[in-house]
Amino acid sequence: MNREQLAARVLELVTEIAPDVDPASLIPGIDFRDQFDFDSMDTLNFAIALHRELGVDVPETEYSQLASLDKCVAYLAEHAS
Amino acid sequence: MASEFRLPALGADMDEGTIVQWNVAPGSVVKRGDVVAVVETDKGAIDVEIFQDGVVREIVVQPGTKVPVGTVLALLEGAEAPVSAGAPPPVVEPVADAPSPVKPAAIAARLKISPAARKRASELGIDAAALQGSGPGGVITLEDVEHSARPTRAKAEEAAEPKAGEGMREAIAAAMSRSKREIPHYYLSTTVDVTPATDWLAAHNASAPVAERLLFATLLVKAIALTCAEMTGFSGFYRDGRFDASPAAHVGVAVALRGGGLVAPAIMETAGKSLTALMDDFRALVMRARAGRLRASELAAPTIILTSLGESSVDAVFPIIQPPQVAIVGAGEVVTRPWVVDGVVQPRQVVTLSLGADHRVTDGRLGAQFLARVAQRLADPGSL
Repeated sequence: MNREQLAARVLELVTEIAPDVDPASLIPGIDFRDQFDFDSMDTLNFAIALHRELGVDVPETEYSQLASLDKCVAYLAEHAS
Repeated sequence: MASEFRLPALGADMDEGTIVQWNVAPGSVVKRGDVVAVVETDKGAIDVEIFQDGVVREIVVQPGTKVPVGTVLALLEGAEAPVSAGAPPPVVEPVADAPSPVKPAAIAARLKISPAARKRASELGIDAAALQGSGPGGVITLEDVEHSARPTRAKAEEAAEPKAGEGMREAIAAAMSRSKREIPHYYLSTTVDVTPATDWLAAHNASAPVAERLLFATLLVKAIALTCAEMTGFSGFYRDGRFDASPAAHVGVAVALRGGGLVAPAIMETAGKSLTALMDDFRALVMRARAGRLRASELAAPTIILTSLGESSVDAVFPIIQPPQVAIVGAGEVVTRPWVVDGVVQPRQVVTLSLGADHRVTDGRLGAQFLARVAQRLADPGSL
């Protein structure tokens, strides 16, 4: 997957775990928490979805690196096999 | 023998709902616990379950109709008397002041209008007596009032209104006003060193597969439930002038909705569940609450609520009890603070727990013991 594909896939997962979020309004550089009130439950669900769909196991101590779409894509690009 | 399936109450603040969809038709065989209908309420779309076995004989209320709590929605055949064993009592039994099936008729003798419609009409300055009622028996419904105010607005649009809109805000305000009016609250708070719990959690989450990781709130929910099982006066309902204790705590978790509003669905039989099972239930509840697909039983069932503002950077919550419950536990953010342990100042993880409880049932002394027990349980997370 290139970066665009990765970003599109991540966006899909965000809307899957948070169906009340409008993907069109997402700003890639801003933290999910600041745009969508993401809380620890959302973050955990996001980590679960990344593991299930992309096979990336993000340790709890690295959740902060998933905070925005941009950060998340950078993290995945580095860690995805 | 035919029996009636009525619109259940969904807590203190709901007095009507609009049938959106039936999942059954005449002739359908239903089992206790089946979701038979979807009802639009101030709390979003709710899946309504049936609490008895039987065969649907007749659908009484058609989709698109708004009806008060207690209205007969369908008739069942071959059904035994409603099964109450094992079922949470609030589900089959409307809350104390929910309109009983008799009440609307009594009101109708004066002016056929629902309380919500009457209120809205007066807000909008509409003469309700001049309206044509579309509700059961010609009752003027909230919808009728809204329509007369905005005659061009389509019915479909109405049903698709945002979940956390004005209706939910009004419902929350009504429930909290009632709470403050009726319940002599007392408040306690205590700041607890939860380092053992957060250490335990970090270790668990580092070794557990991602899908089995836990949130701190899960530990709190379990600690509250276990404490409710051993102390009476905090889990249950105050109705008709007396307290019905519920040792089997169904702990409700306050879930903030994006865009505003909040709901507090219950994790059923909380004390008996493992932390992993609680976490699964908790996760599912939050997902469905935000997607607007909670079940009626989950909204009516909480016997005590946990409201956690741990992610909002506040130290403490002063929570308001949701009637007919008699207690609510609040939790602030878990923060690192200087703390004296064995005479030495150390950085520790602390959280301020608070309790809002009902003087009709308990006093501060017992409330203090309750919070102390919750704190003790958090100090020994392996026992949760």
